[in-house]
Amino acid sequence: MHGRPRKAPTLEEQEAFSVKASKLRSLQSQFLQFHHAKIYTKEALDVSAKLLESNPEYYTAWNYRKLAVQHNLNLPEVENNEETVKSILDEELRLVENALRRNFKSYGAWHHRKWVLSKGHSSTDKELLLLGKFQKADSRNFHAWNYRRFVTTLKNIPNEKELEYTTDMIYDNFSNYSAWHNRSVLLSHLLKEKAKGYSPKDNVFTEEYEFVRHALFTDPDDQSGWFYHLWLLDQTVKLETLLVSSWPPHGCNLSLSTDGSFGDCSLSPFTSLQTNTRTLPLILYFSEAVENICSSTVVIECENIASNELVWRSLSGDGAGSAQAWLTYLNFPEEHAHSEKAYQVKVSLAHSRGIFSSTGVHHGDSSHIEFSVSVPPHRSEHVDLNNEGKISWSDESFCTHDTQFLESALINLFHLERTKIDETVVDYQWNITTINNEISHYRELLSTMNCKIGKLTLARLLIAHDTLMSYTGTSHRNVSHHAEVLQLYDDLKKMDPAHLHYYQDEYSIVLLKQTISNQELLLKHCRKYRDPSSPRINNFCLRLNNLSLSRIGSMEQLLWVQVLDLSHNQLKTLEGLEVMQLLSCLNVSYNKLCSFTALEPLKLLRSLKVLDISYNEIGAHSIDTRRYLCSSPLNHRSGGDWKTEESEIHCVEVADNWEAYAIFKDLNLIQLDLKGNAVSDEKIQSLLIKLLPSLKWLDGESCR
Amino acid sequence: MGELQVEKHVKYILAVEKRKDNFESVVMEHLRLNGAYWGLTTLDILGKLDAVDQDEVISWVMQCQHEDGGFGGNIGHDPHMLYTLSAIQVLALFDKLHVLDVDKVSSYIAGLQNEDGSFPGDMWGEVDTRFSYIAICSLALLRQLNKIDVGKAVKYIVSCKNVDGGFGCTPGAESHAGQIFCCVGALAITGSLHHVDKDLLGWWLCERQVKSGGLNGRPEKLPDVCYSWWVLSSLIMIDRVHWIDKEKLAKFILDCQDTEKGGISDRPDDAVDVFHTYFGVAGLSLLEYSGLKPIDPAYALPVSVVNKVILPCRP
Repeated sequence: MHGRPRKAPTLEEQEAFSVKASKLRSLQSQFLQFHHAKIYTKEALDVSAKLLESNPEYYTAWNYRKLAVQHNLNLPEVENNEETVKSILDEELRLVENALRRNFKSYGAWHHRKWVLSKGHSSTDKELLLLGKFQKADSRNFHAWNYRRFVTTLKNIPNEKELEYTTDMIYDNFSNYSAWHNRSVLLSHLLKEKAKGYSPKDNVFTEEYEFVRHALFTDPDDQSGWFYHLWLLDQTVKLETLLVSSWPPHGCNLSLSTDGSFGDCSLSPFTSLQTNTRTLPLILYFSEAVENICSSTVVIECENIASNELVWRSLSGDGAGSAQAWLTYLNFPEEHAHSEKAYQVKVSLAHSRGIFSSTGVHHGDSSHIEFSVSVPPHRSEHVDLNNEGKISWSDESFCTHDTQFLESALINLFHLERTKIDETVVDYQWNITTINNEISHYRELLSTMNCKIGKLTLARLLIAHDTLMSYTGTSHRNVSHHAEVLQLYDDLKKMDPAHLHYYQDEYSIVLLKQTISNQELLLKHCRKYRDPSSPRINNFCLRLNNLSLSRIGSMEQLLWVQVLDLSHNQLKTLEGLEVMQLLSCLNVSYNKLCSFTALEPLKLLRSLKVLDISYNEIGAHSIDTRRYLCSSPLNHRSGGDWKTEESEIHCVEVADNWEAYAIFKDLNLIQLDLKGNAVSDEKIQSLLIKLLPSLKWLDGESCR
Repeated sequence: MGELQVEKHVKYILAVEKRKDNFESVVMEHLRLNGAYWGLTTLDILGKLDAVDQDEVISWVMQCQHEDGGFGGNIGHDPHMLYTLSAIQVLALFDKLHVLDVDKVSSYIAGLQNEDGSFPGDMWGEVDTRFSYIAICSLALLRQLNKIDVGKAVKYIVSCKNVDGGFGCTPGAESHAGQIFCCVGALAITGSLHHVDKDLLGWWLCERQVKSGGLNGRPEKLPDVCYSWWVLSSLIMIDRVHWIDKEKLAKFILDCQDTEKGGISDRPDDAVDVFHTYFGVAGLSLLEYSGLKPIDPAYALPVSVVNKVILPCRP
């Protein structure tokens, strides 16, 4: 029982309860008799009223009251007699009021009141007065707030007026999350309608920042204003959808090699791509998830390629129709010529052609990218995979690149791709000034008081600042706040250990951003793979191992990666990797992956050949936190008709290991390491060998 | 921190199930079918479902069904979505879904869907995302989701999303952990979790943990054992459960046990009830407490039950 102390009742109390119980029981059985016999006399109505006044949760009695009202309103002596109609309905309102006094949280009572009001015979003036009383007594009751929204809609009270009500409520007591919430709803409407005085939002927002700052600074531990501030911040940074990066990057000169060998020489992933078809993946990466990327919204100008025939697919782990990254394949036709042919490719996002962002903002950007591709004249012979050696991830297999080569290789990442691809000039001045202003306020708060929300908000403001600066296209790396933000998250981990992993996840994302956006730091993570027995991998490897990363981010800057080592981190998820369409070798051993379902993002990686997931926690947990984030029979979008096509795999085997089946049936692995996981046993190994016909090496042993 | 008092909780639930005369059971009479679901699911998680006479339970459940296919909260009470889901869940626990006239029950539920995709609780039109969840969960268990417009149902749920990342009962209504469970659960079952801003909602949800380790349902509210379920299951479905301190939460739940007579209460030293006993035990199951059967965060049934009902190719 909510809020009732646990103690054995005294004898008197027991007796009183027993009397109450038998009274209630007799009311209930009388009521049910009337209800089932459809009797709506005064006596019967009295019984139901008494019952509801002592137990407003008795829903069937509310239904009965509605039937009775309908019955009585249809009586010939009542019809068209406005006064009698009103008195019948007023009686219901009175009953609801009494019931609410007994239980303010009764869904049935509140709905009954709405039902009566919707009949249109009762005055709505009384309702706001009544609500005023109720909301004073319990200012957080969400039923009352819902009812308030219902009444104000019924009475056509303007949003501006209701916004004032929330201001009053907050002035009365700022610790009222319900009022802040309603404020966000009303303000969103006003901004969307561009109501007078609410467009542009600049002045409104400046005031709102000040208003919520008062609340936050009065008692930083009170959460009432936290989420409102975060919403304002989000609205200040999220301006319009931008194309932030692509593969191939703008300005790059790429050559496709199809002879199946890289030899021993170092090749930059920005100048050369290994493929045994004449196909080039093209990836567009946006600042937020977008919808409707297709041949009519993206125009590709290139000799021999029909732009309108290209099929685009979203790169999102859950296969949704909206994603930050989108993929298509450019197929270069075979030529009779004997020499290489260079193609110029221009990709344009035509202005206002219907690309939508998840937040409904029109894509207002008319960007374009250009690059060139050299394609060899012939399709190469199929390379016999059986001659492949194993890839070894040991430290000895990697050596450092020569610095000069590295710098020239990465020049694309740090310079060409940074070319301003957005042609529209947007004025971010108000946004940057606002954020700077907030930054100084929060620095001031922290100088007087060491509080969690102050640190967290400052960290978010600094990140927002860096993001805005990057949109302006000014060189922001020199003034980025990564180090300060990392320090703030480090402090937060100590201050608020219950949420340690939240801060650790945020920390990881910033750490990765810092590493990747700084040329010197990134150079330290680039290695050359030097095992001559495996000529088919690009030997340019990105090693982000041993960094305590619990999450990955900055994927827009990593589209070029083909060989990636993420081993010895704290990763629980691989979300984000789905955009690395060039990835052929991935090492995520010694992490904290808990289930096969955590590998879902890899399903979209057609080129992945080598995967090391050894020494994780797959199979060690009874609760799978990725169970509903992958496509499976459990979620019914992909569910219903999930059948196994392969006759050699027994149905029961699949049902018992549906997670492994769901992930691996779409992969084309040659090498897989699974050892060191709770799930790793002979049964699963034999299933994997069946599921992966191209697999050659399993846990270091040849399996064919 | 004490251990989970399995035997005592089993005894407590069996006793509550039998008592029909005291004040509590009279007050709760109208939702006895919910009570049966809470009690029986708890027993199943504790591995003691065989302590009840299933034929007796099933025969009583079926007596709560009406001509239109819906179930009332007890014999003689009006049909409502709330009890229809409980009936389906109880039958699923016993692997007895086949006793249902699936077409009739699913038609009752599907028939309630509004033009805008929302669902009322019954013929009287109270619209709430709780009922969207119930419709989707029930129909998924009956493998009849094709009877409704799932796209519209999802769209309505998404229209109830707030700027804090959470969900309310209708568009514009405040976020509440119970409501968030319903919306996230419905989106999970329909494979639509991409509509959830997982980091934003995850932060809101993880900040529900208060100093005692317990979880509240809205900012600046008291902790309550039932939110161990609503918050925790939502955090699991969006893979952000590591953002709270699980050990402290387990301790809070265990501190709410009545170690003498069994049962779990909303807060330490309050009176126990079946509702909180279920949410406490289910919460511990989500926390992977040893010896408990794992529970599915979306269907709110043991994983083994859900797998048996949903996964294909079972012989």
